[in-house]
Amino acid sequence: MTITRSRTAAATPVPARRRSGGGASSFRSRVLTPYAMLAPGIVLFLAFMAAPIVYAVYLSFQKTQVTGLGLGSGARKQVFVGFENYVAALADPEFAASIGRVLLYGLVLVPAMLGLALLFALLLDARGTRAAGFSRVAIFLPYAVPAVISSLLWGFLYLPGVSPFYFVFDSLGWDAPEILSSDLVLFGIANIALWGGVGFNMIVMYTSLKAVPTEIYEAAKLDGASEVDIALRIKVPIIAPSIVMTSLFSLIATLQVFAEPTTLRPLSNSLSTSWTPLMKVYRDAFTRDDIYSAAATSVVIALATLLLSFLFLRIVQKRAFGQED
Amino acid sequence: MRKLLRAGTVAVLATTALITSGCSANAGSGDGSGPVELTYWAWAPNLDKVVDIWNEKNPDIQVTVNKQDGGDPAVTKLLTAIKAGSGAPDLMQAEYQKIPTLVSADALADISDGAADLEDHFAAGVWSSVTLGGDALYAVPQDTGPMMFYYREDILNQFGLSVPTTWEEYADVARKLHAADPSKYLGTFSANDAGWFTGLAQQAGASWWSIDGDAWGVDIEGDATTKVADYWGGLVEEGVIDNKPMYTPEWNSALNDGGQVGWLSAVWAPGVLAGNAADTAGLWKAAPMPQWGSEQATGNWGGSSTGVTTQSEHKEEATEFATWLNTNPEAIEALVKTANIYPADQTGADEALTEPPAFFSNQPDFYEVAAGVADTVSPFTYGPNVNVAFSAYNDEFAKAAEARTRTAFTDAVAAMQDITVADLKKSGFTVK
Repeated sequence: MTITRSRTAAATPVPARRRSGGGASSFRSRVLTPYAMLAPGIVLFLAFMAAPIVYAVYLSFQKTQVTGLGLGSGARKQVFVGFENYVAALADPEFAASIGRVLLYGLVLVPAMLGLALLFALLLDARGTRAAGFSRVAIFLPYAVPAVISSLLWGFLYLPGVSPFYFVFDSLGWDAPEILSSDLVLFGIANIALWGGVGFNMIVMYTSLKAVPTEIYEAAKLDGASEVDIALRIKVPIIAPSIVMTSLFSLIATLQVFAEPTTLRPLSNSLSTSWTPLMKVYRDAFTRDDIYSAAATSVVIALATLLLSFLFLRIVQKRAFGQED
Repeated sequence: MRKLLRAGTVAVLATTALITSGCSANAGSGDGSGPVELTYWAWAPNLDKVVDIWNEKNPDIQVTVNKQDGGDPAVTKLLTAIKAGSGAPDLMQAEYQKIPTLVSADALADISDGAADLEDHFAAGVWSSVTLGGDALYAVPQDTGPMMFYYREDILNQFGLSVPTTWEEYADVARKLHAADPSKYLGTFSANDAGWFTGLAQQAGASWWSIDGDAWGVDIEGDATTKVADYWGGLVEEGVIDNKPMYTPEWNSALNDGGQVGWLSAVWAPGVLAGNAADTAGLWKAAPMPQWGSEQATGNWGGSSTGVTTQSEHKEEATEFATWLNTNPEAIEALVKTANIYPADQTGADEALTEPPAFFSNQPDFYEVAAGVADTVSPFTYGPNVNVAFSAYNDEFAKAAEARTRTAFTDAVAAMQDITVADLKKSGFTVK
């Protein structure tokens, strides 16, 4: 969604204003027609995006009030509680711990994923690369595997009792690290996301590399630049905007990590039901049946994500898009 | 990005599904003319075939089974429908531990008028969990899960070990077995299965909730539960019992290849073993649970009942069906044969359960052992926030199992108590 939106916004030139005659037909063509064409989009946006958000914000200010034993009808009602849910969410040590975990997870994952994606994109774009088409598909393919499926696949590989890796390590008499132990599980999950995410980011970077006019490389060659020089001094700066964009997406995806740890959780003792912020939201809403505090926590997460993305763009935008101003 | 896209798609699909299912649910209820149509949310396999028998005999009351994913998702859906004011079915398969939660959310109707004379059919412990100890009746018991000890007869024989009848002997056998072959365990402590641990605590005499006037009591951190946690913490710390969760690919493969030599499970275990450890047919045997004291006792793991929801427009007919389904001999026989459940109706169980399950063809007296065990289920009261206590169990005992220390296990019990009480107080329940 985000990609298409930002791309079209960047690519579409501002339409030249049309000169047209006055009167009713002009009103129709200038006001009614565009809105009529926008209507399906607006309706869908309001119904499936805006309304749920407004409702979630409304819920976040409510809670259930039970009286006595709470059995039977009328023993339970919904009351307005102001910011109580927000205060509780922010003061919850579990929530703070889950935030800390995803930040560490992002610190491990994002540089590794983007670094590999950039490396692969540059290698595929370099002159003299063989089997580029095959490699591109092979690197991209894991992205087509849904996160739940890939987590199940990797889960099997991480379980010492059924994993071929552990079997090989055992036969060789080596001690294999227990990836699902609480010290390493974060890396295990980052590995799954890395496996699934490198291909997508690689394609984005590779596509923008393909858009670079080759004359630039020829000029660099004439000036005596090597392939490595060209890659580091020309290609990387030119595709900086797409690196920024992929970083932003990866950052957001990091904060929203849910499927991988949720799928792995039943396989080990090292993942709690509030391991990431979204897992906590899910648990509060659907296991503990407290949608009100879950709504408050999700609003906090949404605002934090927005703020973080904004800060990130502020910091890198000047450097990445500087030459365009 | 991928997540965003997928989340968007899921949201759109879910909403579409909601809208369409909402429509069909409204269309389902008859209005005067024609037969009464009832919808029934259930997840027991092949239940629709049992319902077909009813539909054939009762053209005026037609029941449609709406297959659910399982106990937890069905409850979540039902609570959502109750909150929304429409969309709930007439009948609902409800696990015993969910009944207080459902009653508290005003989701289950009191059907004591239509089904009051059923008490004689069921064990006292089971009956109290559908009445919550009062005069109301919130569901008709369907099946129960009295806990039993399953063991690999061949492996115990191979090492010259006897079947443990007390917990002391169980610990002893666990030690000897693991010492004889370090790749084998007599069992595992699973931090994933709160119902399993609840059953173990129930056997030791715990009852985690209680009603005292109009206040709830919470007694998770009582002597009985602490004793059980301390016992298992000791075994895990020693390393003679595994600390990995059940129901993982690893556990399945250990059941199949002899890595797990025993399983503290319930009467429904044959179905699970047949599915997860197919190679071991005829090698397992069932025995009563190891005991704490001289008096035989066991806990309950699993089992469910049939309730009528408050949104049903045909409560009388729904009650009639629920009663037939769970107490009529023909229905019980069908439940046993096609849905493979262990019926809660005691007289019905004796009549219907004559042959042992195919997986236990080596143990002709399987159901005699089970019936003996089912009589000894200790009473246990569930509270209105079992979901919170159970998710606290998952988190706290996962930490303890990972830490592998005895004190971590008793600390986990204390944390469960604190979380459960804090949740009740936060919602405004009166807590003793």
